[in-house]
Amino acid sequence: MTISLRYLANVSSLKLDAEKCSGCGLCLAVCPREVFVFKEGKAADNDPDACMECGACSRNCPTGAVTVTPGTGCAAALINSALGRRGKACCCSLERNRQTDSENCC
Amino acid sequence: MITNQLIKFIPEDNDCRDAAELPQDPEGPDSQPFVVGTMKTAANQQVPRIQGELKPEDHLGAFKVRWGIGRMNYDVTPGLYALGCPGPHSPVLVTANYKVSFDRLRSAYAGRNAWILVLDTDGINVWCAAGKNSFSTNELTYRLHDSALSDVVDHRRLILPQLSGPGISAWEVEKTTGFKVVYGPVRAEDLPRFMDRGMEATNAMRIKQFPLSERLALTPMECLPTLKWFIGILPFFLLLAGLIYPGRFSDNIASHGVTAALLLTAGMVTGTVLTPIFLPWLPGRSFAVKGGSAGIITGTFILLLSATQTSLSYSLTEGIGLLIIACGFSSYLGLNFTGSSPYTSFSGVKKEMKLAIPVQISAVLIGFILWISTGFGLIAS
Repeated sequence: MTISLRYLANVSSLKLDAEKCSGCGLCLAVCPREVFVFKEGKAADNDPDACMECGACSRNCPTGAVTVTPGTGCAAALINSALGRRGKACCCSLERNRQTDSENCC
Repeated sequence: MITNQLIKFIPEDNDCRDAAELPQDPEGPDSQPFVVGTMKTAANQQVPRIQGELKPEDHLGAFKVRWGIGRMNYDVTPGLYALGCPGPHSPVLVTANYKVSFDRLRSAYAGRNAWILVLDTDGINVWCAAGKNSFSTNELTYRLHDSALSDVVDHRRLILPQLSGPGISAWEVEKTTGFKVVYGPVRAEDLPRFMDRGMEATNAMRIKQFPLSERLALTPMECLPTLKWFIGILPFFLLLAGLIYPGRFSDNIASHGVTAALLLTAGMVTGTVLTPIFLPWLPGRSFAVKGGSAGIITGTFILLLSATQTSLSYSLTEGIGLLIIACGFSSYLGLNFTGSSPYTSFSGVKKEMKLAIPVQISAVLIGFILWISTGFGLIAS
């Protein structure tokens, strides 16, 4: 078994509005970090600090009950965008062209 | 030989008379080395047949991309493929056109029959492509129409990798295409068990782990791109050591210069290789802290080791200066590993960068000033 790794606490932009939840369970299915649990037929926060803001839950939520500002937790991408280097972002940017592609791809 | 391999895939209920037909089109998707034949679907189109067993060249290709060789062109032609001998009832598995993703899927599902729908994600893996919106609702919708899938299968269900979630809106796909999206497990290896459980995932199947084997596999691509600028720095320090320390130029390079090079290399290797490997055991949650503290350990170790070598002379302030630079490097490079780790958030990285980057820059500057001042004799050593 691997040790469960945890990142900084109290930073995630994840918000859950239980009023709007229809209980479809898609957020539980797509979350790779066990952020949600089912409580009384609705999604509930289980571990919001584990959230990595991948955005899968909000993208799949049919009622807009789950919202998060999606983004990549990648220092190189942040530096590149701060320096105004477009198309050199982390994680294999799609604005690439095959000859001059960044190799700093994760 | 090909015929023999295909025969064992053919179940009795599917019409696979075309099984042994060899690839026809030398230019199209049939020409890919893993295609073993073609078959006619219920929609009356020919699709390439593939098998699950990976060949040595598939393993070699996966190994090479880990080292950055051919990494940007390791793709599969998008479209519909037949794994084994699928029929109208067979499941439809959706994946990205990065060949490593495609190979993982077909080898995990070897010995079973399925349709594999490969989306055009520009040769990028499922999770990154979903994050960048190329593994998307639009692309999936387009591929469904393009492959005439609704005529190929008699059911309306797609199995998607769980990690495609950031790019796919399951309810939207169902609304516009009539196909229900079922999120499969995170890892392709769990897919057979997932299917046998009636498409029900266990909790463990839903969690993205980050085991040592994965962290280790990422280290070459952390280290190699860094080498590009790092190799430029070493001659600069060697030369400077030769010039600023009292005594003969060549003697200085061999003692002060080599000590500096050793410490800087320790910082670089610590940040790009050791920090990823020892990630769970390094203190703190911040990657900059993990990288920095690993740098203190390895840097001190190298300093103590150098002290035992008579050829490598250094003073206390000189050693401390180099140690601080090395820690600045390892902390920065550790922070850089956030991009490859599957649990860091944008908000978290932003927060830690605001604190860490100024500290890292200051560390390198202060360390450099200490080192250079010792060399000039401005600081008593």
